Amino acid sequence: MPEVNIGKASSFQDPGRRVVEIGSVQIGVFQLDGKFYAYENRCPHLGGPACQGKILPRVLEAVAEDKKSAGRVFSRDQLNIICPWHGFEFDIRTGKHVAISKYRLRPVPIRTGGGDVYVTLPRKGESGP
Amino acid sequence: MGDLAQEIVRDLPEITAATDTRDYLAHAARFAQRHEKYELIVDVDAHLQEAQFWPEIIELLENDVLKQTAQTMLKGGMAMPLSNLAPGLNFQSMAGRVPHQSGPRERTDDPATAGHRFVQIVRRTMDTMGVDYQVIFPTSMLLLGLNPADGVELYLSRAYNRWLCEIILPQEKRILGMVYLPFNSPEACEQLVKEFGGVSGVVGFTVTSVRFAPVHSPSYMRLYSMIEDTGKPLVFHAGPNWNDASFKTLNRFISMHSLSFVHYNLIHMTNWVINAIPERFPKLKVLWVESGLAWIPYLMQRLDHEFLMRQNEAPGLKKLPSDYMREMYFSSQPMEQVHPKALQVTMEMINAESQLLYASDWPHWDFNPPHTVTTLPFLSDQAKRNILGLNAARLFDLPIKRLRPRPEDVVAQRKTDVLDAPAFREAREEDAELRFPGQA
Ligand code: FES
Repeated sequence: MPEVNIGKASSFQDPGRRVVEIGSVQIGVFQLDGKFYAYENRCPHLGGPACQGKILPRVLEAVAEDKKSAGRVFSRDQLNIICPWHGFEFDIRTGKHVAISKYRLRPVPIRTGGGDVYVTLPRKGESGP
Repeated sequence: MGDLAQEIVRDLPEITAATDTRDYLAHAARFAQRHEKYELIVDVDAHLQEAQFWPEIIELLENDVLKQTAQTMLKGGMAMPLSNLAPGLNFQSMAGRVPHQSGPRERTDDPATAGHRFVQIVRRTMDTMGVDYQVIFPTSMLLLGLNPADGVELYLSRAYNRWLCEIILPQEKRILGMVYLPFNSPEACEQLVKEFGGVSGVVGFTVTSVRFAPVHSPSYMRLYSMIEDTGKPLVFHAGPNWNDASFKTLNRFISMHSLSFVHYNLIHMTNWVINAIPERFPKLKVLWVESGLAWIPYLMQRLDHEFLMRQNEAPGLKKLPSDYMREMYFSSQPMEQVHPKALQVTMEMINAESQLLYASDWPHWDFNPPHTVTTLPFLSDQAKRNILGLNAARLFDLPIKRLRPRPEDVVAQRKTDVLDAPAFREAREEDAELRFPGQA
């Protein structure tokens, strides 16, 4: 499986994202707290360009001790990538749908070396749509 | 570590409401390469987002007082004067998570491309999704049936029908439309059927379902008779209404939307069947749009169950309520796919093979591209052909002739076009400025 150098690690913001197209493969690359994550840019729902969507913190329901809801609040530590086609939200650190983890982005091996970022392209036929 | 490949790495920008439809739906074009074998694909429900075209529609208002009122409001900065879009419906895009719901903000100023801006955008959608025809419905006007102001539904519907029939349909034969019926004024509906029913590209007559009108009222019988004579279908298009008394107790958009789009069609279908309208108008074709599919077997079971016990309250029926429903047409979107077994049973119960019509609902947030149908594991190839296009061809009397370009060509053409396009560069710049809440 070929590796591709997609550029300098220092060129990424943190948190930051790039979506790259290499041949027919599209890969979303994210940096969060100094760590890199990569997923195929293909939503498990209907194949939308999930990694090109909006990035927002996870929304939580704040429930007080007395069980009363205090409404919705943003998470302080979890960032999601949101598919722009219909809104499936995936945790950037795991690639899993925030509520139902069987829906997940397909991870792509990623590493840094010599200041550069490398992704390993999926085998032919593994990638879609 | 594997081999190091020397590959061209191209950056793709974040998708926003300003993204070109061809880029937004590029993945659908890739799927479309797999539905080449389907001879005809008709999308029976796609939408105009009226806001940016509203001044053109207002211009066609045939009532001076309303026109002056609307134009004054427009000058004052109001986006859609005279419409009664409820503020809660702004939640549709989930605070920008699904940006196309807030569009279209893409550019259509390429001098090489002819046509009205809306026509250009619809062509992009059809070509990229891989459909031959798209039937257009309004969006905000879906709530017009509740507008209490004197004459607003009447005059706005007439202006919309003129805009559709005089400006849009003549420019592109792949765009089809429905005459909007101002259902609060039965006689005006009759007039519109006469005036616009025969226009090229008009394939039916739509009643926006969000309203409190009993569809079995005697005042509609002449209208139904006229529509029956045209051979074109009567179409009930569902919509949301957060102001309905019961729905006001729902505190999240998801709750209201899940129920509301089904609610009004449940009511109209129940009145339609229990009052035996199909027995009175046996040739009148009826199509139910944008309520999904799960409600149909629910209602079939409820009505059949009660009918056997209370036949005296529905004496016009000669068969089970579900038998009448099975002869009607339904659009496929939003297809509830999370429980495939239930979906399969639903399709069997509604005779999907002959009665179901593919619909995208693009550009709304819960749209379904054609591969929503082509990838279903339990449908036969013939059933998919029918649902994707042949049922619509029969209902709308369309020629079975491919009009869409090859998806490979669409993808290849876009790749060549896109790199230097100003919109692409702008979108990339926006992406580079990505910031997260709390980040300086
Ligand atoms: S395709 Fe991603 S949410 Fe539907």
